[in-house]
Amino acid sequence: MKVIELYVNATRRRVEAEEERSLLSVLRDDLDLTGAKYGCGEGQCGACTVLVDGQPARACVTRVGALAGKQITTVEGLERDGRLHPLQEAFIAAGAMQCGYCIPGMIMSGVGLLKKNPRPTEPEILRAMEGNICRCGTYPRVVAALRRASGSAGAQKGGGR
Amino acid sequence: MNDGVDQVGFEPERYELAAEPAYLFEPSGPAELPRRDFLKALGGGILIVLTVKGAAAQQESGGGRRRGSGEPPPKEIGAWLHIAEDGAVTAYTGKVEVGQDIRTSLAQVVAEELRLPLAAVRLVMGDTGLTPYDAGTFGSLTTRVMSPQLRKAAAAARELLVGLAAEKAGADRSALVVADGKITHPPTQQSFGFGQLTNGQKLVQTIGEDVPLTPHGAWRVAGKAAPKVNGREIVTGRHRYTSDLKRPGMLHGKVLRPAAFGATLLSVDTGEAEGMAGVTVVRDGNFVGVAAPGEQLAARALAAIRAEWKTTPQPSRKNLFDYLKSQPDGARAPAGAGDARPPVVGEAAQLRLEGRYTVAYIAHAPLEPRAAVAEWDGDSLTVWTGTQRPFGVRGELAEAFRLPESRVRVIVPDTGSGYGGKHTGEAAVEAARLAKAAGRPVRLVWTREEEFTWAYFRPAGVIEIRSGANRDGTITAWECDNYNSGSAGLRPVYAIAQQRNEFHQVSSPLRQGSYRALASTANHFAREVHIDELAQSLKLDPLAFRLKNLKDERLRAVLEAAARAFGWGGAESSPGRGRGIAGGFEKGGYVANCAEVAVDRASGRIKVVRVVTAFECGAIVNPDGLKNQVEGAIIQGLGGALFEAVDFEDGRILNPRFSRYRVPRFSDAPALETVLVDRPDLASAGAGECPIVALAPALSNAIFDAAGTRLRSLPLIPEGLKA
Repeated sequence: MKVIELYVNATRRRVEAEEERSLLSVLRDDLDLTGAKYGCGEGQCGACTVLVDGQPARACVTRVGALAGKQITTVEGLERDGRLHPLQEAFIAAGAMQCGYCIPGMIMSGVGLLKKNPRPTEPEILRAMEGNICRCGTYPRVVAALRRASGSAGAQKGGGR
Repeated sequence: MNDGVDQVGFEPERYELAAEPAYLFEPSGPAELPRRDFLKALGGGILIVLTVKGAAAQQESGGGRRRGSGEPPPKEIGAWLHIAEDGAVTAYTGKVEVGQDIRTSLAQVVAEELRLPLAAVRLVMGDTGLTPYDAGTFGSLTTRVMSPQLRKAAAAARELLVGLAAEKAGADRSALVVADGKITHPPTQQSFGFGQLTNGQKLVQTIGEDVPLTPHGAWRVAGKAAPKVNGREIVTGRHRYTSDLKRPGMLHGKVLRPAAFGATLLSVDTGEAEGMAGVTVVRDGNFVGVAAPGEQLAARALAAIRAEWKTTPQPSRKNLFDYLKSQPDGARAPAGAGDARPPVVGEAAQLRLEGRYTVAYIAHAPLEPRAAVAEWDGDSLTVWTGTQRPFGVRGELAEAFRLPESRVRVIVPDTGSGYGGKHTGEAAVEAARLAKAAGRPVRLVWTREEEFTWAYFRPAGVIEIRSGANRDGTITAWECDNYNSGSAGLRPVYAIAQQRNEFHQVSSPLRQGSYRALASTANHFAREVHIDELAQSLKLDPLAFRLKNLKDERLRAVLEAAARAFGWGGAESSPGRGRGIAGGFEKGGYVANCAEVAVDRASGRIKVVRVVTAFECGAIVNPDGLKNQVEGAIIQGLGGALFEAVDFEDGRILNPRFSRYRVPRFSDAPALETVLVDRPDLASAGAGECPIVALAPALSNAIFDAAGTRLRSLPLIPEGLKA
């Protein structure tokens, strides 16, 4: 066991954990941040996606020991003063969800994309989102949500930090 | 025609419900407890209890197995609805939310009858301690059966409130207006809130089903697009699925899985695991599992258990279809009264055609795997789990632990999907067994590999069709034999004078069960491809040929609507492009698909360019939710149509991961166009299942049109189109 200092949603968190543990398990079990979901354990489905220093990362295959000093953003960290991130708003407006289990991961992949590329083309959206699985088949609506939010997402200060 | 749609009971091919329990635990302790009185907890206000008669009330929990509980079968109650003294409106239903968005559409109909905004209605769903008995969320029955029940309860509540207001106002009922949670008497400008009217009341009114409902033309909330009522919880990650729940002192569970299907445990050494601090090890019959304060520790303890298994030879995928066909018929089930055994396709037919079609096993692969949190309080058990049958799982738990059902409560948080794959309570039973041993709550979340291996699969099958037709394009005779995959949708939708349709139930190498639309997908695939082959042989347009042989006006309407939106029969398709059409009905819905594919000859790659779906399921309750269901069925259907297949050998699954089992991803999604055909004159039917059934044949027919290759096996192109 080792004390690891993490920056999660702009807050310093100290966790006692073995370095080999996955970020996903530490987020969910130690920090009670359950927005990131377990879906496959092999980085294939994207349900566990969070941002590490602004880049989408699969928390299920990310060792927590490798994250000291890095900024981690989970879906819980997107809201600002009770206001949703524009992409969260866009998911609601586009009806881009069914069972919703994949949606936090979708949103984090999307926030990562819009941060880097505020006005992605459709092929760019597909490329960035290809690693996120939705078994309910909401892909066209997720694309619609991303298009709706593109341009406005970058405007929110600190969005997707 | 359309048998089964009006049967509310279980269909025989829901194999998973007839299975024996996975574990037979040793008995321990007697149990008897007074029934909990949940109604008392509701407090004051008005409670409307809707009683129902007929098939829905006679359904059994536990899927026909009901050993040991000793309680009379439930319940004639369909739904209940409570209006509290603060005016809060809560509807209670045993149905569960697994992504089909009934939490929204049911709230819509309640809001409609009570003249409330949607946000004012709360739904309590799938909690055996709080909601009326329900057989399960499957068969597209929620909209067809539960929605009218809740509407009636809400309408009765409204009428009761109007009566109370009339008394208070000293006015005639007909002079009162109900709107926005208030009842007003315009002449005197008196106004009463719902809460105010219920104040001091403790009314329980039992009503029958003969309640007048708001006619479709007067709908204000229902019939309109409504966003998911708990959408904000989803996009913020605040919604707690079962796998997100935590209980004080909770442990994490893991279960030892057999080395292969059909394996028996010869010996097990749990010594090392038992020596680990904080670890509880359970060995009970063939059940071996661990519980530990952390998931990693639990995994480590499980890995430390040495087990020896005796395996027996098991069929493999490579000889699956021969295996299915080589067995003697278990139960031969003619699909309808008019079906006779002797062959009906005679020498007289001007054209005779035979075809053999196969479908692979596929996995539901719900993104949230099976999960449960179990907690004991003395001899009472509470389990949170994602299942489509909370009362059925309560029965499984009661049976496993020899408890009366009144001591078991199953709560289903809105769940990370099901698609027919979560009718059973494996994780619930396992978590409860571990929690019992550990004396603490236990959470058990199946790994993806466990979900891909130890859940049940959509049945594989062989379907053989022989048909006869006249040169003028009339289908004269039809014989269809389905081996193993099921009888749903087996009878042709076309008006054919002579028919013989049989489902041959044989032994399945893999555990199989319900999947969205049951065998209808397989049977529609075989039939609609065969129809295309007939049209090809007769040199007739596939749409015109279908319409010529069709009497069903609703099916005709969706075929024509899809063809119109698609531009069927327009300009010749360009090289490498092909078009296909297919249609059918299931579970009260009617669907037609037109698809366009692009084939790259050199690489064999096939891209689905465009899919048009026309769908009709009676009067539409939530157009946007409906469109979402239709689109989702098409996207999910692409997987089973094009590349999904469970690979297995010697009792082991060879592709139990997303890296080896390909599911549809963003780039697979074609351009989608959905035409919703609204029929306000017809009762609303569900839409979670039917829209998936016609996609695969439409794609196969489009690939034939593009490349001249007739594909008769699902998945069609797991590795692209072979030369």
